[in-house]
Order: sequence, then structure tokens, then C-alpha cells
Amino acid sequence: MSQEAKKEKKYTMTLPADELMACGHLACQGCGATLAMRYMLKALGQKTILCIPACCWAVIDGPYPYSSLDVPIYHCAFETAASTATGVKAGLEMTGDTETTVVAWAGDGGTFDIGIQALSGAAERNEDIIYVCYDNEAYMNTGIQRSSATPYGAWTTTTPVKHFKTRPKKDIVAIMAAHRIPYIATASVSHPEDFVKKMAKAKAIKGTRFFHVYAPCPTGWKSRPDDTVKLARMAVQNAYFPLYEIENGDKVTVNLKLKDKKPVADYLRLQGRFRHLTEAQVAAVQTGVDERWQRLLKSAE
Amino acid sequence: MKKVIMGNHALSYGAMLSRAQVIAAYPITPQTQVVELLSEMCADGTLDAQFIKVESEHSAMASCIGASVAGARAFTATSAQGLALMHEMLHWAAGGRHPIVMGNINRSMAPGWSIWTDQNDSLSERDTGWMQFYCGSNQEVVDTVIQAFKVSETLMIPAMVILDAFALSHTYEVVDVPDQALVDKYLPPFKPAIKLTPADPRAFGGLTGSEHYMELRYRLEKDMEKAPALIEETGREFGKIFGRDLGLIDAYMCDDADFLFVTSGTAGYTARVAVDELRRSGVKAGNLRIKAFRPFPFDRVREVLGKAKKAAVVDRNCSYGAGGIFYQEVKSAVYGRPGMPPLFGYIAGLGGRDITTDSFKEVAADALAKDRADEEIVWIGVKK
Repeated sequence: MSQEAKKEKKYTMTLPADELMACGHLACQGCGATLAMRYMLKALGQKTILCIPACCWAVIDGPYPYSSLDVPIYHCAFETAASTATGVKAGLEMTGDTETTVVAWAGDGGTFDIGIQALSGAAERNEDIIYVCYDNEAYMNTGIQRSSATPYGAWTTTTPVKHFKTRPKKDIVAIMAAHRIPYIATASVSHPEDFVKKMAKAKAIKGTRFFHVYAPCPTGWKSRPDDTVKLARMAVQNAYFPLYEIENGDKVTVNLKLKDKKPVADYLRLQGRFRHLTEAQVAAVQTGVDERWQRLLKSAE
Repeated sequence: MKKVIMGNHALSYGAMLSRAQVIAAYPITPQTQVVELLSEMCADGTLDAQFIKVESEHSAMASCIGASVAGARAFTATSAQGLALMHEMLHWAAGGRHPIVMGNINRSMAPGWSIWTDQNDSLSERDTGWMQFYCGSNQEVVDTVIQAFKVSETLMIPAMVILDAFALSHTYEVVDVPDQALVDKYLPPFKPAIKLTPADPRAFGGLTGSEHYMELRYRLEKDMEKAPALIEETGREFGKIFGRDLGLIDAYMCDDADFLFVTSGTAGYTARVAVDELRRSGVKAGNLRIKAFRPFPFDRVREVLGKAKKAAVVDRNCSYGAGGIFYQEVKSAVYGRPGMPPLFGYIAGLGGRDITTDSFKEVAADALAKDRADEEIVWIGVKK
């Protein structure tokens, strides 16, 4: 083997080379949601239609008449990602296109809060769509207001430090599992191979498929833009956001078993939104994470 | 083929004959039979369509929008609270130029809970950019659904086909159900110029700055202005094939009338009976039933009113603080025009209270006794 060939071998592609997302989009520096979109499209390919409600991505894509994506997009109303995607899929099928993957692509506000009714309806009917929630844990597009995906302890512009959020994050995956849809996965922008693999798996399944994707937001988390992937990775490695799948509502597979689970304190300390937390409050976060992790492991047994 | 069917089923037959491809609907009294019959038609293959049994009217309209932008012909039906819940999506359907056709059964808005008819539900959606057709008979319902798809898809503007709760929705009438082959000749398949497809990736409805938005709305208004002529043209074409012309208005005994009722919906047919009775007693009465409310048939209304000496607008609705809505619109149509008669505004029949021939005679007696309207609203049949 020549030196060149050896060198080339080092760079084996672990992700599809296709790029359906162009530069020139309007995201903030270090945006996790853009990485999530890029990886998803690598997995799904060009025969994909997106329904995007009000969320950061409604802006990131670019203003009329521009778009940074090489797939069709329907910009839909805030609470209608799932119901619009349902109609698009039905419309495609009735006009002879049974191949195209229809994706509802929404933020945490559009999923956990205002869009949950339409999402629940679509999931109960097992509509043939992929629903992706990219979760940056607050209404970032409108200026960092709390959503029901905002975690315990976080500062937002509507949960000021003196009155930070004291309720835990809504467990959206458990809610979706209760609908007994064929496929649910969590994914993180820090683990693109895992994300792409699961998205490709989901593409081949018929029925409602749900992804909960962790997408750090430097603007809203008050973190450094170059820490985005690091924070996402820490959240996976300390079980703050574990990677797992649920098939048909009860078959749980933990994708990344943590032999050396890291403490959450390091993760919290890199984000201005948690700066005010006392040691006791950080310990409370750790206890919550440990309990959720144990429950997850038990459910996967 | 002649059938005896209820108004709700007239909507279902209209959707079936139009070969609707996606139906997304949520049940609400008094609309339920529309979707019950359509779900049976989809189940037994009479209609090759997907029926999405959504969890709300908001989702019904969102799914219709999705189906329409994917290139399918979409239909839904609702009433009152359901229509109000759709409100956001009505703007979306019109602003996005999705030619959806929807049946709306006029039902009073709660509270108090009422399933009976008046027009405040659909008239509250006046400014959403939808065409609105107020029907007076089951025949008109089935015919108008078919015509509405043709007009909507030509202009890329959605349309509401509206009928009174119970007075029409649950009333059985003889309807000449059009022949499918003839409907296919009249209404070609829906082929939008652009749609959601990976073969031609486009972003629909993205962030639109002030340098573009106004032109989008200007085009919507300009296309809506083409609707009156197109409704009449497609209405005549319908008449040639099916023997029934469909227009913007229905003028009954108006040519030589001194005194006109201006009505809409089923009250427009009750008014005809009152006109006949008034004529027998020596009053040269007529009835102008307004069918198309959006686009508003300014020219036709002026033509008819210009020949009369007095006109009484009977509204089954109220814009609180401003009076009857048809009355306001008719006034705006004649304002500043020479030769127009004095107008009188009446409100009757809210919450399903009957509007009878006696109601119309009471209206006539009041209007004929006055030179001009001395109050914005004269209430008919109200317990004061």
C-alpha cells in the first residue's frame, strides 16, 4: 500500500458525503439546530419534504425568496407541524408519490407545548411521518422564554434568576412512548454517526417516528459557541440526555451505555443559564439525572 | 339522478362528485352527517380519497393545507366553534393560496351553547381571504361545491360553501345529483402550477420582509377581484351542462319591484313567499338574495337596488356596535351612487329563532311606513 493510500484510509467517511444544507443560512454561531438539520438530511436524502412551524429554523432557512436547503419546505403554523405533515403525506400519496419521506421539524416549544395536541393526534393515528423535535430547551427564536422543555434550575427571560424554573422538564419521550408508535429515538448533535444511523433506520419504518434531538443553543444557554458539541457530548456522557430508542412503545434500547458516568456539575458550570445554582441545587440536579438514568436502564432490561 | 337528501349530504355529494382526494375533518353538530357520509364513501371505495380523522378543526384545516400544497384536492366541513378554532388556518389557507373548499354550517356562537342557526360564525371570517357562498337550497349546495372547486383552483383562493343549521343542514329536499361523467367534464383534475415536490424543491411561506409582503396581498386582492366575473362565467357553463345557472345573486321579482328585501341563506326563500303575499296585497315587492358575500357582488347589487324605491336588508347576524353585517356591506355598495334607494336594516332569527313570512311582513310594514331609517337596527321578533 502506498503512503497516499494509507493516508486516505485514515479518512474513512462515517457519514454520507451528500450536503443538502448550504452555507448562507441565518443561524447564530455555534447553533446546534443547524447541525441537527444537516445530519438528518444526510440520512434521509433528497426525497424529503419538511414541514417547519414557527421555530428558529423558520428563520435559519433564510428569508423569501431564499432557502438554504435543497429539499422542499412548507413553513406552517406554530402548532401544526404534525397536522400539516399528515396532510402533505396524504396529498403525496393521492397524487402518486409514495416514496418521499415527510418530516415535521419543530423546536421544543412547537412540540412540548403548543404543538402537542396535533402531535398526539398524528401519533395516535400512526400517521406515516417522521417528527423531529430539535430541543434547545426554551423559546430561543422569540428571545429565550421558558418552555415546558426548559430544565429545572435554568434561567430564561421569563424565569429570571430570582424565580428560576423549579419544575422538571416534561418527559416528551415517555409521552410519545405511551402512544405506542413504531419508533422513537433520542439523538445528539455530538453523536452524528448514531443520529444518522437511527434516522436511516427510521426512514425504512412505516408509521409515526419521533426523534428528540439535543441541540445546544449558545445564545440562550449563555455558553461559548465553540462549546456546542462539547456540551452536547457532556450531556450524553453524564446521562443528562442519554441516547436510546423505543420501539412499539416498550422495547427500550440504550445506545450508549455509560461505564464511567460523568458528574453533571461540569456540564452546568459551562452555561451561564445555570450560574446561579447553589451546590445543593446542583446536587439536586445530579440526583434527578441519576434517578432518570436508573429508570431508563431498568426499562431496557 | 334525483334523490331526496339532507343539506349535509348535499355537501358530501358535492365533495364526492368533485373527486376530493384528501378530506380532513372533525365532527361538530350540526355538520356531522357531512363527514359520516364521506367516511363511508371513502371506506367503500365510492370515493377514492384519504380521510384523515383529525383531533381538532385546527388540525383539519392544517392537514387540508398540507394536502393541497402537495397537489391534492382537499375538502373539509365544520361549523361555529370549529370554524372559530380554524381561524388562524383560514388566513393561512388564503394567504398561502391553497384552493381548499369547505362546507360551513351556520350555527350560533356560544355561550350559551346553541346548535341553531345564525351567521355570526362565518361572517366573523369575512376578512380571511376566503370566498363565501351562502346557499338557500340543497340543490344549490351540491352545485356550488362543484363550482367552488373550479373557481378556487383557477384563482388559487379557498372557498366556503355555507348553509343554515337545521333549516338546511337537516332538511330533506329533492336534489338533482349531477352525473359524474358530466361533472368530470366540467371540473378537470387539480393540477397546480407549483407544489411541494422533491423534483422541484421550493420553500413555501418563509420569512417575508416588508419589501415583498404587500405585493403578495395585493395579488390576493387582485385575484379576488377577478372572482365575480369568473363565478358568473363558470355558473353559466354549469347551466349549459346541468340546466341550472349559478350566479352571484338570486333576484326574485326584482325587475319591477318598488320595495326589496335583501336576504341570504334559507331566509331568502322564505322572503320569496312573503314577496308573493305582498304582491297579492298590492305591494310591488321583490327579493334580492345575496349568494356570494366574498367577493361582494357590488355591480349586481347596485343594478338590482337601482331599480327599487326602498330596500330592507334582513340580517341573521350582528356586528355588535355596528349592526347587521349584510346591511353595512349593502350600504357601502350604494354609498355615493346616484339613484340608490333608502336602505333599512333589520336583525332577525339569531340563535335559530324562526324567520317566517310574518317576520318579512313586519319588516315590510316598518320600512314602508318610513321615509328613511331612523335607527341603525330594527329588531324583529325579539322579546324586549
